[in-house]
Amino acid sequence: MATMTTTVPVARPDEDAPPAPRPTRRRALRTDLVAAALLLPALLIFGLFAWWPMVQGLLLSFQKTNLVTPAVWVGLDNFRALLADPLLGTAVLNTLQFVGLGLLIGFPLPIIMAAVMSTVRRYGGVYRVLVYLPVVVPPVVSVLLWKWFYDPGPGLFNSLLAQVGLGPYPWLESPDTAMLSLVLESTWAGMGGSVLIYLAAITGVPQELYEAAELDGAGLWRRIGHVMLPHLRPTIGLLLLWQLITTVQVFTEPYVFTGGGPKNATVTVLLLIFRKGFQQGQYGQAAALAFLLALALAALSFVYLRATRRWSQS
Amino acid sequence: MSTFVSVAARRRPAGRAALLTVTGIALALLVIAGVGPLYWAFKGAISSPTELVTDPLALWPADPRWENFALVWTRLDIGHYLLNSLWVVVGSWAVQLFVAVTAGYALSVLRPRFGPAVYAAILATMFVPYTVSMVSLFLTIIDVPLIHLNLANTYWAIWLPAGANAFNVLIAKRFFDALPHELFDAAKVDGANVWQVMVRIVMPMSRPILAVISLLAVMHAWKDFIWPLVAITDPAKQPIAVALSVLAKQAPQDQLIAACFLALLPPVLLFLVFQRYMVDGLGFTGVKG
Repeated sequence: MATMTTTVPVARPDEDAPPAPRPTRRRALRTDLVAAALLLPALLIFGLFAWWPMVQGLLLSFQKTNLVTPAVWVGLDNFRALLADPLLGTAVLNTLQFVGLGLLIGFPLPIIMAAVMSTVRRYGGVYRVLVYLPVVVPPVVSVLLWKWFYDPGPGLFNSLLAQVGLGPYPWLESPDTAMLSLVLESTWAGMGGSVLIYLAAITGVPQELYEAAELDGAGLWRRIGHVMLPHLRPTIGLLLLWQLITTVQVFTEPYVFTGGGPKNATVTVLLLIFRKGFQQGQYGQAAALAFLLALALAALSFVYLRATRRWSQS
Repeated sequence: MSTFVSVAARRRPAGRAALLTVTGIALALLVIAGVGPLYWAFKGAISSPTELVTDPLALWPADPRWENFALVWTRLDIGHYLLNSLWVVVGSWAVQLFVAVTAGYALSVLRPRFGPAVYAAILATMFVPYTVSMVSLFLTIIDVPLIHLNLANTYWAIWLPAGANAFNVLIAKRFFDALPHELFDAAKVDGANVWQVMVRIVMPMSRPILAVISLLAVMHAWKDFIWPLVAITDPAKQPIAVALSVLAKQAPQDQLIAACFLALLPPVLLFLVFQRYMVDGLGFTGVKG
């Protein structure tokens, strides 16, 4: 459920909203009461299903529970057990591999595609629908279809590659190529949203800037490199962070494609959390690992904010 | 719309040819990537299992088996799972819209003194992805604090947490902020109460943002996998995404593909009908998810 915002439909910043007339104290109290009643559903839902689980997750990292008897405080035992589990290192490295390959393959593609699409004068809508189509396919369906395409025997990919004398490749069946296969599918499934956001940013660059650069003798590549790309910096930064945060949490691909195999080559951090929590009943350890994951994500966002501040000033 | 391609280049024949080539290649790639897998799923769904193996590259099955769809509808119970998904979608949509509108209205129009604090606490949840608190969320739904109910294996376990969506509250509040507030004051002078102002004035004026929230909610609920997998373990109640992940281990390949095609049809059709709202709305709101 990753969401983010750059601008919002016909909304002005909060400061521009008309100032409320200064109410008398009694009227203010009445407004507070009515507002509290209207906010009640949101407070209950966020309280029970967002705020409380965050607090409880933190507490649970230091507890042991079997859901029947009351939870017991165990100090740092959960973290010790996690660090002693050889699968943790594997899961972290696998997740980093997924994130890294995802950036390498999936990060430049949407920028290039959006740049090409921005030059289209007619039927731009057709391009936009086509590019977004994979995004609306449910992830489980995408993975199951790609699993069929990856089939080492009569699968689509090996059959096509055989036509040009390549292969057969093992795809998901080999520890060396399994993670790459996951990344290819997830790039296909997730690219559309980024393309549309880049496209909106690219078409928002003032035309005068290109014309001025052209008058100064800048060719096509310099107009792209010195006018378009600098304008995309904030969008690039935002989508980079977004991609990092979502790919770190990869679950559906390893769970449905490979179940973590072959030879644990696709066990990711979230798959490990799922296994510990919901298959082995180690809720404390699962919560501790989730807590570490949250710390990593927070650190990532912090580093990103520091880096982009300097970057966008330069 | 602006573009880095100069007007002069568009006039030169060589420039136009180059541009046409590049955009043509892009279109071909997009057709292959966008329509290709969907068509292939359709073709696979109506092929016989032997043909899938003996002639995997056939563009159209030699002997189309349309009855495959009816077969999976009854034998794999796909109709039942699609109905489950529909329930999940309708409930999640209703809860999300209700929470976003009431909270957005209270924070934007009524502006209580504690409003900024509540708003900040809601926005803070955007920085904690729900996968991180999934384990404790599960412990919450099997024994909900205060009321001590077990919601596991009921759709409430999906509907209620779906409402805790900070992004919905954010875009609803921002939209309400931009509405002419004089109108609400005038209605109040005419004797309308808070509820009437919300239902009769604010909501009709907010159709665009309600549509965006609705589409996001519906799409997300249909696509969601990890949380329903955890919260609904009863096979009879599972939504289609979870059911497919189970069927994948037992069903024959051709039937599984037919089931996949039926599962992707509703969101794809919905997208094609509302694509203007969605691909444009995405550009405006910068929404991803």
